[in-house]
Amino acid sequence: MDNNQIKYIVEAALMSFDEPLSVQHLKQLFDEQAVSGNDINRALQQLTEDYADRGIELQQLNKGFRIQTRPQMQVWLDNLRQKKPRKLSRALLETLALVAYRQPITRGEIEDVRGVAVSSKIIHYLMDKEWIEEVGYRDAPGKPALLGTTETFLNYFNLKSLQELPALAEIKDFESFEQSLDFSEQ
Amino acid sequence: MSDSNQPITVTQSEMPFAVVEGQPFTEMPTDLYIPPDALEVILEAFEGPLDLLLYLIKRQNLDILNIPIFSITRQYVKYIELMHQLNFELAAEYLVMAAMLAEIKSRMLLPRPVFTDDEEADPRAELIRRLQEYERFKQAAEDIDELPRQYRDFWPVIIHSETAVAEQQIETVDIRELVLALQAVMARAELKTSHAISREVLSVKDRMASIMRLLQPGKTTRFEDLFTPEEGKQGALVSFLAVLELLKAHALELVQNQPFGPIYLNLATE
Repeated sequence: MDNNQIKYIVEAALMSFDEPLSVQHLKQLFDEQAVSGNDINRALQQLTEDYADRGIELQQLNKGFRIQTRPQMQVWLDNLRQKKPRKLSRALLETLALVAYRQPITRGEIEDVRGVAVSSKIIHYLMDKEWIEEVGYRDAPGKPALLGTTETFLNYFNLKSLQELPALAEIKDFESFEQSLDFSEQ
Repeated sequence: MSDSNQPITVTQSEMPFAVVEGQPFTEMPTDLYIPPDALEVILEAFEGPLDLLLYLIKRQNLDILNIPIFSITRQYVKYIELMHQLNFELAAEYLVMAAMLAEIKSRMLLPRPVFTDDEEADPRAELIRRLQEYERFKQAAEDIDELPRQYRDFWPVIIHSETAVAEQQIETVDIRELVLALQAVMARAELKTSHAISREVLSVKDRMASIMRLLQPGKTTRFEDLFTPEEGKQGALVSFLAVLELLKAHALELVQNQPFGPIYLNLATE
């Protein structure tokens, strides 16, 4: 099978499935044909190049590839869409950030950092969206559930892996912070 | 409830950040002890006592050493009065913070022992640690908000395909299809009638209950499986009427994958 044909089939598959497809998955397209992982990778590479001057792009994710609209196009697409996606509240984003960076983490630990109770509504929303899930239980009184992020979270936020999350700010040392607090003795 | 004669600075040029009971507030309060009428607004604007404290520190408005203990106590009483109307849990968290600040101040005012492990003995260290930790994740939350997000910044490309259309048709079953299926069942029952020895009186109500028992959540059952040829025509009719009654009550869903294909029953979702 020639390379262009492989590319067309891969493209059609990526566009018609609503989940990202891995190289392994894509190989199954070709059944018993002698199409190797390398051939698939070459096709994906060519698609990336083909899309360089298009309104769509090929995005690599944790476990597969997805064809999606370019973020730069969104401002135009928004003009056509009446319903704007819901803005996420700060409380929700802070909770999500703690789960993402500190996983596995319990609800109590989230509350310790944020200084306020985590509302069940937020946890339910995050679980409903399948961005977080229970990954186990802390061996502590009450066996609190440990929360972690999911594959869906990575896909939704366009991430290949958790390593791609923006870096956490450094902890400043006590002295410099003390100065900004203006705690000086009087 | 409480008095509203808290000090407010209003200048013509500034936009009020909040209006509480008709009174504009153009500045955040200058100390942590919030005028009681503004408390509700502020509790909603901030993500918690740490967030509020961080804001105040950033503004350099907070001098931890100059909080008069007397006014703290007075504010405490006012908070407790207010809690009848406000979100109790949230206000409590602010109270804990105020109490912590009061404790820090009182410790700072005491003469320091000569022998001390400097940082560990410093009552501010824990507060500063928590503030910093909170600030990191406040920033991280903003960073996550900046990440390209599905349906906000990009959309997956999914071509509308024929299979998706076919799946939508599954939902509805024409009543004529149901009657055809009944005919098949009746024909089978016909063959068995000569073997019928005695007939039980069958009630639609009982049959509805037994069908509901037969169906399991999340599982599909073939329409034909509801019928026992041994029961004869009457049994088939009772079953059929029971199915219709259950459909009317939205207790069941019928599914047919293709025209003239087998009809399946599901328990209605919800």
